[in-house]
Amino acid sequence: MVDQKLTNRLGRAFTMLCAGFIILTTLSIIVFIASKGLSTFIVDRASIRNFLLTTVWRPDAPKSEGGPLIGALPFIAGSVAVSLLALIIIAPFSIGVAIFMSEISPAWGRKILQPVIEVFVGIPSVVYGWIGLSVLVPFIRNHIGGLGFSLLAGSIVLAIMIFPTIASVSTDSLQTISRDIREASLALGATRWQTIRMVLLPAALPGILTGVVLGLARAFGEALAVQMVIGNAVRMPDSLLKPVHTMTSIITMEMSNTVMGTVWNDALWSIALLLMLISFMFIMFIRFIESRGAAK
Amino acid sequence: MINARTSDKIATFIFYAMAVSVSLILLALVGFILFNGLRVINLHFLTSPPSAFRAGGGIGPQIFNSFLILILTMIFTIPIGLGAGIYLAEFSRENRWTRIIRICTETLASLPSIVIGLFGLLFFVTVLKWGFSLISGALALTVLNLPVMTRISEDTLRSVKNELREASLALGATQWQTIVHVVLVAAIPGLVTGVILTAGRVFGEAAALLYTAGITTPRLQFYSWNPFNSNSPFYLFRPAETLAVHIWKVNSEGLAPDARQIADGASAVLIIIVLFFNIAARWMARRLYKKTTGI
Repeated sequence: MVDQKLTNRLGRAFTMLCAGFIILTTLSIIVFIASKGLSTFIVDRASIRNFLLTTVWRPDAPKSEGGPLIGALPFIAGSVAVSLLALIIIAPFSIGVAIFMSEISPAWGRKILQPVIEVFVGIPSVVYGWIGLSVLVPFIRNHIGGLGFSLLAGSIVLAIMIFPTIASVSTDSLQTISRDIREASLALGATRWQTIRMVLLPAALPGILTGVVLGLARAFGEALAVQMVIGNAVRMPDSLLKPVHTMTSIITMEMSNTVMGTVWNDALWSIALLLMLISFMFIMFIRFIESRGAAK
Repeated sequence: MINARTSDKIATFIFYAMAVSVSLILLALVGFILFNGLRVINLHFLTSPPSAFRAGGGIGPQIFNSFLILILTMIFTIPIGLGAGIYLAEFSRENRWTRIIRICTETLASLPSIVIGLFGLLFFVTVLKWGFSLISGALALTVLNLPVMTRISEDTLRSVKNELREASLALGATQWQTIVHVVLVAAIPGLVTGVILTAGRVFGEAAALLYTAGITTPRLQFYSWNPFNSNSPFYLFRPAETLAVHIWKVNSEGLAPDARQIADGASAVLIIIVLFFNIAARWMARRLYKKTTGI
């Protein structure tokens, strides 16, 4: 006969260990990335100001030319531009689909759009990148202009990738609104569109905003799909049709070509650290929205 | 009031148009991938190794590596994620510890996969000196997958009715016996569905593997089955380029003259497998649900 009390204790201890493991993993990721990323500023004595605010990326430039020059602003600006543009392209559309699924035709939504969204989520990011590379880039080159590898191509690929995130979170948010509110509005003589616009959208706003920020976070962190279509040129984003670089694409391209411990390599880790800090900011922002939504 | 009615009709029409176009875009995407890919796929393509500079290479080792890394990842993820999920759903109280666990899970879930890959490069590849290897890749994917598995486990366990727990406890079972023999059994359909869905995500992941499992594969000798032998396909410390990473590599290095066909074929294989996971998850959910509820 096994001692059930002992098994009970051991079982509980095991689950606590697993939960503890998650904390340990999270903390070690933060510590490892931070220690590498900060060494650019502590060991190599580069200035954080130059890193964040200058635009010349020549980490191998010799001292005589004022090097190493590690201006990461082009990558930061590239990431911001490509993600925001993706959001502008797709957010209205995603919210529209969410409204369709929860208000216009829930049956259709469940039967057709729900599986459609799941498949969109399931398609791996390199496949999105590959379609972007083989269809979108030539299309832009032949019909719009430029090389094809461009800010625009990156944004469109990202837009399709973040569509399911925004659409499904917004749908959930709309569906949690109580029926009474809808019925009250309709009973007052409002049409469905008036109800959606003046009652439901304001009520679902915190949830929709959460979806939008989650989409933005996903766009910001996406690496390979963007890197494949964006052209990878170190320059400030000033045209939709010209190639740029993003924080993730520069890491993807240069991490393996540089030796650990060099300034160049350290600077890439600093970009990774910045990427991590930005993703923390997104979480805090979402928590803030949710706590305000709950307070109401 | 005609105005309000007309605008209502216009709005409804626009919403329909959006829904239809989303479905058409997806159909076009999947159709395009399958159409281009299926022209390339044959037995030779699926089984032979890639050739570096000549046309006619396959993706055999990459498919093998993808499944191997998936299985390894699941071996690590399922017990830990399930354990953490059980803790959160069954044991935890709303105190500071629980809050910290939740914040960590959320933080981990929102990290860009390339950051997790970089952590893997730093810790598994460099500090532990495991190099670009199966094990480094599998552990990086475990980190990526763990928060998802934890959340799925917690949600599924929480959805089990309290009456079941109370009945079991009333019969004199300990809390652990109740969890193992009652709650987990009732939660199996949800858990299996969740595991298969995350498997699809793990299978298609590339950014976290670039700097952990590496972008090369040695010649695999399938006569050596001993995982401790360094030339065995199951040797944990060999580099292992997966299918998703291969798609990226043929495009960025582009040494093979038929890079386009390879990427087309590999994308189609990847999509077919991921779709298969999706369908399997739905099918299993329905079937197991019937079995456990007897309806």
